[in-house]
Amino acid sequence: MSVDPVMPALGGLGLVPTRDGRQSVRDYTADQEVRWCPGCGDYAVLAAVRQFLPTLGLRRENIVFVSGIGCSSRFPYYLNTYGMHSIHGRAPAIATGIAVTRPDLSVWVVTGDGDALSIGGNHLIHALRRNVNLKILLFNNRIYGLTKGQYSPTSEVGKITKSTPAGSLDLPFNPVSLALGAEAGFVGRALDSDRAQLTEVLGAAAAHRGSALVEIYQDCPVFNDGSFDVLRRPEEREERLIPVRHGEPIRFGTPADDGLGRWAVVRDGFTLKVVAAAATDPERVVVHDATDHTLAFALSRLSDQELNHTVTGVLRGFRRETYDDAVRAQLDRAGRTTGPEARQALLTGHDSWTVRPNTD
Amino acid sequence: MTSDTTATAAAAAPAAVRRHRVVIRFAGDSGDGMQLTGDRFTAQAAQFGNDLSTLPDFPAEIRAPAGTLPGVSSFQVHFADHDIVTPGDRPDVLVAMNPAALRANVGDLPRGGTVIVNTDEFTSRNLAKAGYAADPLEDGSLSAHQVHKVAMTTLTRGALAGTGLGKKDAERAKNMFALGLLSWMYHRPAEGTERFLRAKFARSPQVAEANVLAFRAGHAYGETTEAFAVTYEVAPAHPAPGEYRQITGNTALAHGIVAAGWTTGLPVFLGTYPITPASDILHELAGHKAMGVITFQAEDEIAGVGAALGASFSGALGVTTTSGPGICLMSESIGLGVSLELPLLVVDVQRGGPSTGLPTKTEQADLLQAMFGRNGESPVPVIAPRSPGDCFHAVLEAAAVAVRYRTPVMVLSDGALANGSEPWLIPDANSLEPVDPDLATGPNAPDGSGEFWPYLRDERTLARPWAVPGTPGLEHRIGGLEKQDGKGGISYDPDNHDRMVRLRRAKIDGIPVPELEVDDPPLADTDSTVGSGSGPGADRADLLVLGWGSTYGPITAAARRVRGLGHRVATAHLRYLNPLPAGLGDVLARYRTVLLPEMNLGQLALLLRAHHLVDVISYTKVSGLPFRAEELQDVFLDHLDRGPRADGMSFRRSR
Ligand code: SF4
Repeated sequence: MSVDPVMPALGGLGLVPTRDGRQSVRDYTADQEVRWCPGCGDYAVLAAVRQFLPTLGLRRENIVFVSGIGCSSRFPYYLNTYGMHSIHGRAPAIATGIAVTRPDLSVWVVTGDGDALSIGGNHLIHALRRNVNLKILLFNNRIYGLTKGQYSPTSEVGKITKSTPAGSLDLPFNPVSLALGAEAGFVGRALDSDRAQLTEVLGAAAAHRGSALVEIYQDCPVFNDGSFDVLRRPEEREERLIPVRHGEPIRFGTPADDGLGRWAVVRDGFTLKVVAAAATDPERVVVHDATDHTLAFALSRLSDQELNHTVTGVLRGFRRETYDDAVRAQLDRAGRTTGPEARQALLTGHDSWTVRPNTD
Repeated sequence: MTSDTTATAAAAAPAAVRRHRVVIRFAGDSGDGMQLTGDRFTAQAAQFGNDLSTLPDFPAEIRAPAGTLPGVSSFQVHFADHDIVTPGDRPDVLVAMNPAALRANVGDLPRGGTVIVNTDEFTSRNLAKAGYAADPLEDGSLSAHQVHKVAMTTLTRGALAGTGLGKKDAERAKNMFALGLLSWMYHRPAEGTERFLRAKFARSPQVAEANVLAFRAGHAYGETTEAFAVTYEVAPAHPAPGEYRQITGNTALAHGIVAAGWTTGLPVFLGTYPITPASDILHELAGHKAMGVITFQAEDEIAGVGAALGASFSGALGVTTTSGPGICLMSESIGLGVSLELPLLVVDVQRGGPSTGLPTKTEQADLLQAMFGRNGESPVPVIAPRSPGDCFHAVLEAAAVAVRYRTPVMVLSDGALANGSEPWLIPDANSLEPVDPDLATGPNAPDGSGEFWPYLRDERTLARPWAVPGTPGLEHRIGGLEKQDGKGGISYDPDNHDRMVRLRRAKIDGIPVPELEVDDPPLADTDSTVGSGSGPGADRADLLVLGWGSTYGPITAAARRVRGLGHRVATAHLRYLNPLPAGLGDVLARYRTVLLPEMNLGQLALLLRAHHLVDVISYTKVSGLPFRAEELQDVFLDHLDRGPRADGMSFRRSR
């Protein structure tokens, strides 16, 4: 998936110890009772992750989930790995400390639209910019669930909520555009209910060495019911969802004569547009290149707050040196001089003097 | 002026006068290199074997307008032939490189003090910039002082005429001219400085040579001109034998943090964000990669402490360094650390507040913030070093407590300690007391279920087990939500919460703290009837002066003075502010008067009054500068004079 002509191909899990033998969903299920509202999209994501983790073949004790605050941030409690449920917005910072000190851990951050994009926006963009080897799962339900129904930084303009009875006024973030603007090396998106695509994107994120942001559209039936229904209803879904794969032409919708979707994405100046495939020269159809930053950004801009066109899959997967690897490389270059003499030399410094016993 | 002077048979001309201690203040524009000059003079004094203590004072602005009062930077060094504890109250000698430096500092000089000015800078323009209506060198306003007028810029330029250096570059070396002159006046060894300059400017040999020449020119100027009638000798002090170096508080802190990795056997991870006056700790630690120290300059203090906590979770020693405003941002994360019960070192180099306050000045006003600045009941141990060199030992102790008790620990340094320096008896790096992190290795459930209970406490310390990711079978989840005692699952049970709050408190309260040492020497002269309070035969003084943190120096110096005047006074110093030493209440009750000087508005006094129902008398100052020994001496005398108070006596006398 990730293409990088220069770096040796150490994957995202390259330094994490593996384990022989089959692992099961049960291995990853903690004994804490799951306490989300009935019908919450978080259940679907939890089920997908519990099914996905065993396939990695890692030692379970070398997996860490860190979360912030919000409904989705209860996630670590339900997985039988190491986990920390931290404070609002700070999970990427905490996870950075874990990833930098422990290359042998697979580190995951679970966060939501409020946690990651409001209070924790600063930490999110800096973690992405630094390219710390973290996998960030951003559950986007476009509402505040835990505080019982205020609008969030991904709520559409005009959203009527308890805190915005006359409609919200501020433009939402597009999390994928934001992540790409923050230099994220890996950005993906999937729908909570699409187990197959979600698992595929999670797999690609895990294999990617560096920061990976996966936006997961997640339903909050209690405070924002049906917010992604247009992407779920079979008749509408086909016309709105644009799944992309590296190296494949971007076609979507009900199949055309050639078996690919009847809609095609083509370049239009510096942006992209959707045209009927039948009326387009196949040469003009954009072939997805996950290493192309500009293309990924243009794809992210096809989504607007009405979700008329929403790109899913791996929008960007480009490897560059990770921050934590670079930190360790600097330590290695400095050489390890921690022996007794080096210790004493450190304390003694360059300008010491000796006081002899006073013989006056 | 110096306390004792005795003329000695001078071997060299001019006559050398022996002094027991001298205070010199170098002052100039912030671009004049006064910190470097002071630093070098200090190094010379250290090499020579004097005891010493320093106080740098510089503007918060990176480049305040040249020649103005806000742009003045100074460095005070106190050196002596005996053990000293403060940078000195008033300079015996003021070196003023321009009118603003003179104006800002001359008021601190005692009558008869020596002023050495660079006359080249006393132009009408510079006089106006400094706010002088008339030239103080001409109008007689300095008549109480011995004034030496030296055209330092011109002389430096002249000395460097042959070097091919431009006028501006040549003039920049005038600080070394001043250093050379002072080195001559005080018979300081010169080789070290020449070696230092060649090393410092190794990349530019021409500049190195220019500085050495300027330094020599200053020296030669003293020797050849008739202007200086006397030179001074300050004999070496005789501290405990051993190997010494000069060290600032921030360097000592940084070394202590590295050494905490040695004693605990844990990798050290510093997560931090630059802030004055703590940034130098980051700068120092960033250079110790070969020691395995990881430094992470985060996007803000919240991320700095968060990453440190994450590092602790994964089995490193997480450390963060900041000043008061940074602690404000870290409060929630430190509270998380209290709940997670993970080791975390939090170093607060206090500065003047509130808000941005006085970034480059000192204060002790973060004590209550360190104690209580978090939501809920969230106790953390608080330890305060008392001198620059003590920062090393304090931070090592803090690390030991953090690791043994699985708790965030606050270290309260301050701006005066951070930048101040003193000779430091270099510890043996390889015989520091080891600390066993005692990481969990297997299941611990008392019911034999083979489970791991992350909140099952050690009966003795009440510390919980520390299970690090990668340890099979101990997978567990922790977090900010209240946990069930023992098992560690989420629990909203009222009784459980009450128990957990009390357990966390009891854990911190149970940390063993050394007994408070009281220094209460009997009067040397038992016939003396001078002074108030307990007579010569009494078993203790009437007045106990209590201190914490960097007030140790001025309190000790002031007590020496008061004792020298024939009075009895007791002193004690608190290193642990939380928990307090067990016997503190008894000590406080034993003294008629307890005086507590603090660089805040009485924060520790408030705590002690609350804890011990003792009428602690607060003496406070928040000028951004340390107490002066002279000032405290007067306060002590004042309280000795007052005699027994009418109220509360019976309570205090009761034992
Ligand atoms: S409030 Fe919404 S997001 Fe939170 S648990 Fe309930 S359904 Fe899920």
